[in-house]
Amino acid sequence: MLKFTSRSTQKVAFSLLWTAGIITLLILLLIIGYIIIRGLPGFSWDFLFTPPAGGLAGDGGISSTIVTTLYLVGLTLLILVPVGIGAAIYLVEYAPDNRLTRFIRYGVQTLAGVPSILFGLFGFALFVTVLHFRFSILSGALTLACLLLPVLITATEEALKTVPRSYRAGAMALGATKWQSITHVILPAALPGIATGVILCAGRALGETACLYVTMGGSAAMPDSLLSGGRSLALHVFYLATETNAIDKAMATAAVLIVIIVGLNALTNFISRRFQKRMSGGV
Amino acid sequence: MDPKIKIRGVNFFYHKHQVLKNINMDFPERQITAIIGPSGCGKSTLLRALNRMNDIVSGARLEGAVLLDNENIYSPNLDVVNLRKRVGMVFQQPNPFPKSIFDNVAFGPRMLGTTAQSRLDEVVEKSLRQAALWDEVKDNLHKSGLALSGGQQQRLCIARVLAIEPEVILMDEPCSALDPVSTMRIEELMQELKQNYTIAIVTHNMQQAARASDWTGFLLTGDLVEYGRTGEIFSRPRDKRTEDYITGRFG
Repeated sequence: MLKFTSRSTQKVAFSLLWTAGIITLLILLLIIGYIIIRGLPGFSWDFLFTPPAGGLAGDGGISSTIVTTLYLVGLTLLILVPVGIGAAIYLVEYAPDNRLTRFIRYGVQTLAGVPSILFGLFGFALFVTVLHFRFSILSGALTLACLLLPVLITATEEALKTVPRSYRAGAMALGATKWQSITHVILPAALPGIATGVILCAGRALGETACLYVTMGGSAAMPDSLLSGGRSLALHVFYLATETNAIDKAMATAAVLIVIIVGLNALTNFISRRFQKRMSGGV
Repeated sequence: MDPKIKIRGVNFFYHKHQVLKNINMDFPERQITAIIGPSGCGKSTLLRALNRMNDIVSGARLEGAVLLDNENIYSPNLDVVNLRKRVGMVFQQPNPFPKSIFDNVAFGPRMLGTTAQSRLDEVVEKSLRQAALWDEVKDNLHKSGLALSGGQQQRLCIARVLAIEPEVILMDEPCSALDPVSTMRIEELMQELKQNYTIAIVTHNMQQAARASDWTGFLLTGDLVEYGRTGEIFSRPRDKRTEDYITGRFG
């Protein structure tokens, strides 16, 4: 008869966990590998530097969508970062624990779970229609900033909370004002964690489509101002895949996008690893 | 000579719980005063009342007066930030910032507005020498403060306090996280520092109080049971409870 000792239970548990890990890794490699292999035939340097021709055939490259993406992500971060980090500093360092701040926290958590198309509809109503920003990079960036605000606030809050209380007490006991201890001790110690959050948001902005579909329009032209409409790379993939027959171009664009996102994630890993090293004193 | 710090009729509460009961105690100038007592007797709270570090705890309330040079530090128009420059503090766990050794010591002067590099160099060297750490770190001033050993970190924290040139130094069980050799070095350092500073130290280590301090107060569940010269408290305690505590019957 088969008897389960604690040792054999451990072995079974280990192999199950190991299998789960391998499956995750395989899925990831499969997706990235598939897109890159399918995308490679459509890829060339010309592809990067010529604008899309538009039309059903999906001819041309992706130069204007790269420019639009840079504008979009840059502008989003410009709006998002001061507001998000400011709100998180307020919530962690200043806000008293009362009904109002508990309500704000609850609101932030709820916003994080709202589907992005709802943010898109909100952005369409407010930025595109009421404020007359039309279908534009500006409307898209403002909408993305709203969508990502809870993400950045939560990430920054977590980073600030990992700063030991003893640093705060130490700074205060040395005659630093609250503001001085925030700017000179707490923020520098939390900076890598905050940077990780910002990069995470940049990655989300790169990949977002639904909320941009209804706020940025789909113009494939090179943007000449922030009030131009446009397509980000992810939106371009969506248009190519749904409105043209150029599936190879869609795959090539997706491959470019995935390379950028993998690069960003590597950067995040690098920063957080340096963070841990610094916190443990091995500079 | 008039004591540097006088505690007069201090009651302290966390919400409804009374932690300190009608405390009257003196901290003579350029002497070391130890506060001893079992865990939870309120000794850290008493120490933190001297630089108003209890202010940040919600629900904390103090009645009575703490006089620094005969001025009540709890009077409403007192500048707390300025008070903490005059009354520095060393904590139980060494808590250097994740910055270089130099930047740790220069932190206080920089917050006070010192920017000239030559002046900062001077203060950092002087403070590290006073804290008996200079010879060990002078070639590595730009190494992280967190890379030092526990005992070195605590001396770094003492140097960091000395750099703001306080009048009083509060030490909250400064050796409880350290090994015996590091503890001995800190105690020697305290003897040097008392030439220039008034020192108040909380300790649960009675040998340390007996060795290192000039005055001792024994605190039990919020009451100051006995206060006097360290020699007398340890050789001829007047109160039975003090005698029981220092002879190790409880605590």
